[in-house]
Amino acid sequence: MAEIKTKDFQAASRRSIQDPQLRRALQRVGAGFDGARRENIAEVTPQVWEAWREQARRIKVHTLEHLDYYLELLDQRVTQAGGQMHYAKDAAQANAIVAQLARSRGVRIATKSKSMVSEELGLNHVLEEAGVEVYETDLGEYIIQLAGETPSHLVAPALHKTKEQVAQLLSQKLGVPLTDDIETMAAVARNALREKFLQSDLGISGANFLVAETGTLVIFTNEGNGRLCTSAPRMHIGITGMEKVIPSLQDLAVFMRLLPRSATGQRLTSYVTLVTGPRRADDEDGPEEFHLVIVDNGRSRLLADPELREALYCIRCGACLNICPVYQKVGGHAYGWVYPGPIGAVITPVLVGLGQAKDLPFASSLCGACREACPIKINLPRMLLHLRHKLAESPNADEKSSSPAETAAAHGYAGLMGRPKLLAAARGLGRLAQMPFVRDGKIPHIPLPPLSGWTKTKDLPALPPRSFRDIWDQELSRLPDKQD
Amino acid sequence: MAQRGQVTASLFATCMVDQLYPQVGVSVVRVLRRLGVTVQFPASQVCCGQPLYNAGFTKPARQLARHTLRSLAGSQYVVVPSGSCAAMLKVFYLDLFAHDPALLPPAQELASRVYEFSQFLTEVLGVDDVGASYTGKAAYHPSCHLLRELGVREGPRRLLGKVQGLESVELPQAESCCGFGGAFSVKFPHISGGMLDDKLANLQASGADTLVACDMGCLMHLGGAIDRRSLPVKIRHLAQVLDGEAK
Repeated sequence: MAEIKTKDFQAASRRSIQDPQLRRALQRVGAGFDGARRENIAEVTPQVWEAWREQARRIKVHTLEHLDYYLELLDQRVTQAGGQMHYAKDAAQANAIVAQLARSRGVRIATKSKSMVSEELGLNHVLEEAGVEVYETDLGEYIIQLAGETPSHLVAPALHKTKEQVAQLLSQKLGVPLTDDIETMAAVARNALREKFLQSDLGISGANFLVAETGTLVIFTNEGNGRLCTSAPRMHIGITGMEKVIPSLQDLAVFMRLLPRSATGQRLTSYVTLVTGPRRADDEDGPEEFHLVIVDNGRSRLLADPELREALYCIRCGACLNICPVYQKVGGHAYGWVYPGPIGAVITPVLVGLGQAKDLPFASSLCGACREACPIKINLPRMLLHLRHKLAESPNADEKSSSPAETAAAHGYAGLMGRPKLLAAARGLGRLAQMPFVRDGKIPHIPLPPLSGWTKTKDLPALPPRSFRDIWDQELSRLPDKQD
Repeated sequence: MAQRGQVTASLFATCMVDQLYPQVGVSVVRVLRRLGVTVQFPASQVCCGQPLYNAGFTKPARQLARHTLRSLAGSQYVVVPSGSCAAMLKVFYLDLFAHDPALLPPAQELASRVYEFSQFLTEVLGVDDVGASYTGKAAYHPSCHLLRELGVREGPRRLLGKVQGLESVELPQAESCCGFGGAFSVKFPHISGGMLDDKLANLQASGADTLVACDMGCLMHLGGAIDRRSLPVKIRHLAQVLDGEAK
C-alpha cells in the first residue's frame, strides 16, 4: 500500500501554506477547474444539471445496494468476453496478482494509464521489485514519476508543480534543453513515451466505470495514452475499486455528461475508451489477454456503515477538491495519502484506519461547498461529522481523538451552558477575569489557550456589561410589543 | 404567509448574541416588533449544542439539544439570529435524534417552526422592505450554513436592497467560507487564517465600509482581524442594519 503519512497533517499543512510555489500552483484550481465547471452548468442550465445529478445518484444508490448481484453479473460477462476476473481483499493481494501475471508472462516493460487505485496500492513499487520497468504515460503522472513524488490531485496529479519546475525536471531527467514552453515539453514527454509504448508487454489501466451487463471497462482520458495502454501491449490489466460497477451502458450516458464537466469543465473528454475482453479472432489488434482486478482494500468497511456508504458513490472527478477552501490552501500532499480534499478526508480514515488519520475529519470548516459541487450529491460534511463523532467518542484508545481533558471540557461545557443561572454567575467571574486584558471593549491578547491562539492574529470581543438576557429582563420585556 | 399582528415568535438568542453581542438581539426584537410581531424570550433557553456536535461530542450535544427541545416547545415560531445555530435546530437535530424514536418527532416538529432571522422576515412575514435606512457601502457575506444548510441565498440581499441610503457592493467570491468554522479556527489556525486573508482581500477589493452577515460567528472572526489590522470597515449583523430607522 502507498505510504501513509496522514498523522503528519498539522505539520504538513503548515509547510504547504508557507510554500509560495504551491500557492501559485493552487490558484489554478478555483478559477480554472471550478470556473469551467460552473460555466458548463450554466450552459446546460442548473435545472438539467440537477436532474442529471439526481439520476446519477439513483444509479449509484441502486448499484451499491445490490453490489453482490452486479459484481457477479460483471464477472460472468467479462469471462464470456474472454477476460479473466481477479479479486483482491487488500493491497498486498492486488499487487501479488498483478506481479504474478507479469512474472508468468515474462513482462519486462509495463506502460500505465492513470489510475488512482494503483497509487493507493503502491503497485509501481511492487512491479519494479519484480523486475518490471513501469512507465506512467499520463503526462501529469509521468512528471511526478520522474520527480519521485505522489499525485496531489485526483484528476491533475502534478497540479502542485509550476511549469518552471516541470521544465527543470525534464531537463535534468531526460537531458533535454531547458524550456518552459508547454507544447515543447509535452512533445518531449510524448517522444520518450512513444518508444516505451512500442516496447511495452503490459498495459495497466484503472477504470472510471465497469459496465456489468456488457463486461466493459470504461476510461475517460484526454491524451490518447489510455487507448495505447489498453490496446498496444499483448496484455491489459485493468485494476479498480469494487464500487466502480454500474448496471448498464444506458446508465453510462449520464456519467459521460457529469464526469468531464465536473472534473475539467469539458463537455466530453477527448477519449472515452470502452474495453470489452481481449482481442477477438477477427480484430486486427488489441491485447491477447485481458484481466480485471477488483479491489476491496477497506471499501467493505465503507459499504457496511450506512452513514458512510455514499462515499462509494464517488466518481473521482475532483470537483470537491477544486472548490474546497481547505484544499485550495494546503494542496493534496498535506493530506498524507492518495486521496486528498473533502472526499479524501472521509475515505482515507476508513481505508487506512481511523487511528492513523485523526486530524483529517476535523480539517474542514464544514462550509458545505463540496456537497454543492459534487455531481453525485454526496453529503460530505455529514460524513465528516459522523467520523468526528466516531473519533471523539470512540471506546477504542487508539482511535479516540480527544484527550481526557478535552472530553471533560466538552461535558463541562454542556453542564455550564445548560444552566442559565450558573452561566450568569460564570459570566460575572469572566467579566472580572477579563478586566486586565480589555482595551476599548476588545481583548487584543490573552495568555490562555486556546484563546491565546485566537488573539495572535485577531482581537477578541470582551464580555459587555450586560448579556442579552439581562437587557431583556431589565428593559425589553417591559416594553409593549406593539409600537407606533 | 402569516397574517401580521397575529404572529408570535420566540427569540432563540444564541450564545454568541446573548454573551458577546447583545445589541444584535436588541435590534432583532426592535425590527420584529416594528413589523407587528409579538416577541417572546423563553427564559430556559440554552446553547443549542452545535459546538459540541461539530467537535464530535454527540452525547453532551444531545443533552443541550434535549433541553432546547423542551424550552422551545409550544412556540408558534422560533427566530434565530444566526444561520448556523438555526441550521443546528432545523437540520442537524434531525441527524442527532435520527435513531431516537422518542425525540425525533419533537425535533421534526421544532424544525418546522424554526427560521433564521432574514428567512423569517422574507418567508414568514413576506417582507422585503422594513423601512430602514443606513448610510454606507455594504457588502454581504453569505455565511455557509445559512447558504448551504438552509438554502437562504437571495432574502438578505433583497432586504438590504430596500434599505434607504445603503449602497450594496458585491463581495468577490462571496460564497467562499471565511474560515471561522468554530473549533476549526482554533485547531487549524494556519488554514483558517489563510481563508480569512482571502476573505479580507476580497472585502477590501469590494470597497465596502460595512460588512453585513447573518452570523456573529463569522463576524467575530472577520471583525477581530479587521480591528487588528485597523481596516476602515464596520461589521454589522443584518438586524442591526435593518434596525436603522428611516427618518
